[in-house]
Amino acid sequence: MNSKKGSAHPYIPNSAPEVKAKMLKEIGVNDIDELYSDIPETLKFKGNINLPQALPSEYALKRHVEEILSKNQNCEDNLSFLGGGCWQHYVPAICDEINQRSEFLTAYAGEPYEDHGRFQALFEYESLMAELLDMDVVNVPTYDWCQAASTSIRMACRITGRNEILISDTVSPDRLLVINNYCRPIVDIKTLKHCPKTGAIDLNDLKSKISPRTAGVYFENPSYMGFLESQGNALSDIAHKNGALSIVGVDPISLGVIVPPSYYGADIVCGDIQGLGVHMNYGGGLAGFIATHDEEKFVMEYPSRLFGITKTAVEGEYGFGDVAYDRTSFGLREKGKEFIGTCSALWGITAGVYLSLMGPEGMQKLGKAIMQKSQYAMKKISEIKGVKAPLFNAPHFKEFIVDFNDTKVSVKEINKSLLKHAIFGGKDLSNDFPELGSCALYCVTEIHTKKEIDRLVQVLSDVLNRTEI
Amino acid sequence: MKTTRLRKFHQAKWDEPIIFELSKKGERGLLIPEAEKEIEESIGDGISALPENMKRKEAPGLPEISQMRVLKHYLRLSQQCLGADLNVDIGQGTCTMKYSPKINEIFIRSPKVTELHPLQDESTVQGALEIIYKLDTFLREISGLSQFSLQPGGGSSAIFAMASIIRAYHEANGEAEQRDEIITTIFSHPSDAAAAASKGYRIITIFQDKDGLPDVEALKNAVSNKTAGLLITNPEDTGIFNPRITEFTRIIHDAGGLCGYDQANANGILGITRAKEADFDLCFFNLHKTFSSPHGCGGPGVGALGVTERLINYLPVPIVGFDGEKYFLNYNLPGSIGKVRGFLGVFPVILRAYAWIMSLGALGLKEAASIAVLNNNYILNKVKQIHGASAPYAKGRHRIEQVRYSWEKLTEETGISTEEISCRMADFGFHLWSSHHPFIVPQPFTIEPTESYSKDEIDEYISALNEVAKEAYENPEKVKNSPHNSVVHKIDNSTLDNPEKWAITWRAYLKKNKIKD
Repeated sequence: MNSKKGSAHPYIPNSAPEVKAKMLKEIGVNDIDELYSDIPETLKFKGNINLPQALPSEYALKRHVEEILSKNQNCEDNLSFLGGGCWQHYVPAICDEINQRSEFLTAYAGEPYEDHGRFQALFEYESLMAELLDMDVVNVPTYDWCQAASTSIRMACRITGRNEILISDTVSPDRLLVINNYCRPIVDIKTLKHCPKTGAIDLNDLKSKISPRTAGVYFENPSYMGFLESQGNALSDIAHKNGALSIVGVDPISLGVIVPPSYYGADIVCGDIQGLGVHMNYGGGLAGFIATHDEEKFVMEYPSRLFGITKTAVEGEYGFGDVAYDRTSFGLREKGKEFIGTCSALWGITAGVYLSLMGPEGMQKLGKAIMQKSQYAMKKISEIKGVKAPLFNAPHFKEFIVDFNDTKVSVKEINKSLLKHAIFGGKDLSNDFPELGSCALYCVTEIHTKKEIDRLVQVLSDVLNRTEI
Repeated sequence: MKTTRLRKFHQAKWDEPIIFELSKKGERGLLIPEAEKEIEESIGDGISALPENMKRKEAPGLPEISQMRVLKHYLRLSQQCLGADLNVDIGQGTCTMKYSPKINEIFIRSPKVTELHPLQDESTVQGALEIIYKLDTFLREISGLSQFSLQPGGGSSAIFAMASIIRAYHEANGEAEQRDEIITTIFSHPSDAAAAASKGYRIITIFQDKDGLPDVEALKNAVSNKTAGLLITNPEDTGIFNPRITEFTRIIHDAGGLCGYDQANANGILGITRAKEADFDLCFFNLHKTFSSPHGCGGPGVGALGVTERLINYLPVPIVGFDGEKYFLNYNLPGSIGKVRGFLGVFPVILRAYAWIMSLGALGLKEAASIAVLNNNYILNKVKQIHGASAPYAKGRHRIEQVRYSWEKLTEETGISTEEISCRMADFGFHLWSSHHPFIVPQPFTIEPTESYSKDEIDEYISALNEVAKEAYENPEKVKNSPHNSVVHKIDNSTLDNPEKWAITWRAYLKKNKIKD
């Protein structure tokens, strides 16, 4: 900082000495320190904060930050098969063009007049997601799928007046950590066993565990492990017969080819929109959605902003505003529904742009390409001696478990070798699911070419068959 | 009062249809990389692998629009939105609408950021881990606390994490059931009450005394062996620094509770006073407020959560460690509350905050805070001169980063409300945020100038405020019927609270208004 020398930092216009002096004079104080007179001396921090030398020159800052960032290797320079809740899909140029616009990037909480565009863009996001999900209500995005699932669960508890949730044991361990913390000590989370062959929820286990205390049954499609839960109807029926709700987490990018959960009785649907036009951003691209039917008892339990369309004083003009604002914690504080604050709105606008570009046919073709490419990868990987994909005998979407147990080689070692060949192997599941042994979660999307999948198979085959490990 | 020029503003008004109204059958916005012929030959259509009950036979009802038309639509919407880059954004008080430097946007757009997967091997993300680790150490210095987690996705999430840690701490001491009350204050953010209640706590709210500060006598009456902790802002929304804050933390500590400092907005006190000196056990900073990351129409953000040494064990996992050579993920926190967000948090926001601090350094941070306070007191002096406006509480004293003002007198004399003034301010290209519920201060408005706006810009804002107040007395209809130069006109809010009529999506709108698609 060079203010001592008298020149202002470019981010702080009124540190220009003459301006500063003028303003102080107008207030009637001699020194800025006087403005802090309410802060007792004992609380004042003496000395300077211990920070590195400042880099006020933009060029110096650029050199500094770029040098650190250059230590990263990314999924463009390497061939990545990582998924597990954050996915490498193609991000259309226009998605970035829009979310980088100053107007959207630097707006916040203005009124529906001067921020009409923000309200319309997020209303359109809700509407486009509603078509994909076949639901009539979608929220302004929450933090991520973990939060969306957690809030869906809490909503189900409030709607039913019950406090126990049954949840598939194939849910992502990270998500379960968030859900457990978000629910404790209000809601009991109990897990449901899966069928070891298909991965699907064991219906007998569900029937034995569901009770008049059960608020909802939560499962995912596709599951964290990539297989589809095809008995959605049966699961929803069992929930409904017991007065509980059916809550389904879904990857929205699958919904061009796979039926949305409303088709099999879901009452609350949630998931993540990162795949819809948002870069992975080291996990910073996540944003969660929650969707329900348009029933008052559901709508009134959302903690989120819900932007609605309405009229204005001028005939034919669309206006927007908050639907049922008074349910939120903004006004009601602890009596509101959970809490609301800054979440992930910009990614909502981005996902809206994405769905506008893709259209119905785009989403169908995308779903098809992902299914074809991932099935091709599973087929080819299974041709390697001792390797099997998928682990579960079920239809899959985008992700699948590769079973390396017969190779007697650990995923850790395999991934280490793949990395030497600039390949990021699938996520090692052996810590989170020790009962699976040497298994990894692979993700194949539309961005993977045949050549790249073949390269993975070749390198895998080489490293497993040679003593390279 | 001296008046600066009033801008003859008119916001863009494109009269842009809803996206679905642009649909033309057969148009395409983007083509995707389809499977190669060899894959098709090997696998078939891929969809046949689905059981019949899982196949979506009818395509989703999305619009069909060509690429440039989609671009144009969203660009037009963007022009109908007033970001901080375009206006003198000091009217959204409490939100800290400061400058988000453009160089930081260049950084976050690098493929070295955007194309990182959060599950990559640690050896491939040393740069990202270094940024997270170093920002953590910077925030330790700024707060005086011992360790930060950058995982929470916003301030409210950080508050929830604080409440979770407070509970985990009492659980470890076998007192979680007994200690079921969290104390907060009415001028602390609503989420301090709401997020703690979501964690199962009963909330006790301390109201202000005659000076506008939380009533210490009320606090003394509120604490007991049921007290789990305190969640409080300082300065609160009034911008008045609570000089007795250590008395608050002492009372809570004496009762066996923990103290959490909501520093979502710490913009007036960087380098001036810290959480440590006031004996807080936990604190959080919103990186999208004080530390310059843009607000993005409402996120993504980061609520950087700090704790003292004895609470590190309870933080969400993982935190980033450094062994002298390599940065690594540390999951070894046996008392951890688990997680509050997927993976490691919002990395682009973390990176922007890192770059902002590096640009300013220790002296620069203090300068930013000091100038924010100078600007605020300059405005206070000006607003007090506006007929009909007042600054309740702390008469004759200085404020820190913002002031909660009141139009009470103006409303009494003219019938014009804060909300109506806020609509009229839009005609001059300004925000004046009306959301300060519950209205403890009658007809409230809050101005927070930050360090980012020049004196001339501030003068321009004040001129508009002065003009609108004058209009309220001389030509109230003009204010009542506003906005006139904004994107749209007076909105009919009656449908928004009516379940028969509200429409949260286009399909609901079509159904409820019996319009054929």
